[in-house]
Amino acid sequence: MATLEQSAKGSDPAESEGGVRRRDFLNVAAVSFAGVGVVAVALPLIQQMSPPADVLALASTEVDISKIAAGQAIKTVWRKQPVFIRNLTPDEIKAANSVALSELRDPQTLAQRTKPGKANWLITLGVCTHLGCVPLGTGEGENRGPFGGYFCPCHGSAYDTAARIRQGPAPKNLVVPDYDFVSDTTVRIG
Amino acid sequence: MSFAWAKPYEPKAPIMRWLDERLPLPRLVYGAIGGGYPVPRNLNYWWNFGVLAGIFLVVQIVTGIVLAMWYYSSADGAFNSVEHIMRDVNAGWAIRYAHMNGASFFFIVTYIHIFRGLYYGSYKAPRELVWMLGLVIYLLMMATAFMGYVLPWGQMSYWGAQVITGFFSAFPLVGEPIRVWLLGGYAPDQAALTRFFSLHYLLPFVIAAVVILHIWALHIPGSNNPTGVDVKDEKDTLPFHPFYTAKDGWFAAGFVLLYALFVYFAPNYLGHPDNYIPANPLATPAHIVPEWYFWPFYAILRAFTVDFILPAKLWGVVAMFSSILLLFFLPWLDRSPVRSGSYRPIFKRFFWLLVADVFVLGWCGGAPATPFYVALSQLAAAYYFAHFLIILPLISKFETTLPLPDSISSSRLHGEKKEAAPVGAPAHSTTIAG
Repeated sequence: MATLEQSAKGSDPAESEGGVRRRDFLNVAAVSFAGVGVVAVALPLIQQMSPPADVLALASTEVDISKIAAGQAIKTVWRKQPVFIRNLTPDEIKAANSVALSELRDPQTLAQRTKPGKANWLITLGVCTHLGCVPLGTGEGENRGPFGGYFCPCHGSAYDTAARIRQGPAPKNLVVPDYDFVSDTTVRIG
Repeated sequence: MSFAWAKPYEPKAPIMRWLDERLPLPRLVYGAIGGGYPVPRNLNYWWNFGVLAGIFLVVQIVTGIVLAMWYYSSADGAFNSVEHIMRDVNAGWAIRYAHMNGASFFFIVTYIHIFRGLYYGSYKAPRELVWMLGLVIYLLMMATAFMGYVLPWGQMSYWGAQVITGFFSAFPLVGEPIRVWLLGGYAPDQAALTRFFSLHYLLPFVIAAVVILHIWALHIPGSNNPTGVDVKDEKDTLPFHPFYTAKDGWFAAGFVLLYALFVYFAPNYLGHPDNYIPANPLATPAHIVPEWYFWPFYAILRAFTVDFILPAKLWGVVAMFSSILLLFFLPWLDRSPVRSGSYRPIFKRFFWLLVADVFVLGWCGGAPATPFYVALSQLAAAYYFAHFLIILPLISKFETTLPLPDSISSSRLHGEKKEAAPVGAPAHSTTIAG
């Protein structure tokens, strides 16, 4: 082999000076072709991990809110995640509006987190923005934390009456999902 | 591989000669864990834990394969199938308890094995790769154990999966899509359970493969020893078989008794009662804790409560991952040429402080997130990082180490003439005769 290569080099001065040989081109082309093949095979293997169609199909849900009295809250499920629907009392609305935005970690007003004219309906995901636990505070007699909203038992995040983060490790307010009022007593989430 | 005086494999039976010429598998085994692998003669009992870890890997694989014959990885059926194993399957309770506690014991022996390496400087040249491969095994073990804990689909399983996959959502922009991709949904559900089962079955075999690399890399320089002094000649070593097979064998038998004590008399002591409640995506248990072997890392995760440039949540996740990744750099953080902590008076003290620190972290990680425990875990986490990043480099620079023995044999065989004297003969008579 060595003698062959030497004689081959000797026969073409361009090759021995480090120029691109035809063999190099073929190597790069072959490896690139195989590389494209590997990517093509890997794509479906990676894609199959994403949520399947049946999970995505549960994208919206309708909830009857006529039975929720002021001061009460319910837990419902949207995309397999808990959703909190709370009918705020006038005191709770006042408490939420009296907080200066500069005091908040994730500044948002109650009006920005509710629909116009429906400021008493606070609809949020029941998923703590820290590590995904379900905060307490919807059930009768549950710990609502020092700010009177929700309290996450896992790592002690406390949310206020507008479900905004006030204390603890969570970085964001409870997420407000996309929703609209189909009628005065029905909301569609998603 | 190994030392010049390692005994070569000499098959006696004709069938073994026949086999050896065609597939030298017996030769490989003989050179790896037989009479052909010389081992320092002064290893103490802390050196038994590597073999023990291998034994627990086998226990986990064997009990796991049996459990998989009865387990259904369905969100509706997983919990009931585990209860079915516990109540109806013949010896099912014993096999499941063996698997549950086997995981804990696998971690116990691995932690002792890691701290033995830390004390005796087994991570130093020329064994850096042995150390790093060991860390890879440890990371794989953590992933396997986490996914295994999810499979019974109890409350702790479910919320553990929720919290741990939640780590990924700490990363800005890409975090949430990655979390959804990992779970195959917006919350842990069927897709997550099935893929965790698939990977939980796969990873132990990956671990076994890395264990082979770990042992292979170890057998190039050979085992470290309590003096940390290199092997110089044949006098310093003993063949692995029969000396260490016997020592490992009886120690393993003794240790398995301790394991059996838990399996038969306190099978749920190391577990959490909430995991006997079926998973409920709408109710978080009041106090989510991971399995005990993750407590120190859980404490580091929770230690970050203040946003400083980055959100506190991201700091916690980054710190938790770096507390392990840091160990990959240990061979270059500790520059002292002396391996064994026995000859490093200052290092030794800080080593035990580190052990205490990890216990404190573990204690905090298992406790509820009250201000006291959070403050304590902040101190302990800070010390953990300081130990590796500040204290170790400084010690290795300024410490005066004790004189090392000339060789392993001279450190061990100083009384050999006395020992060789006939029973009852005065010790000095041999010196006269000699």
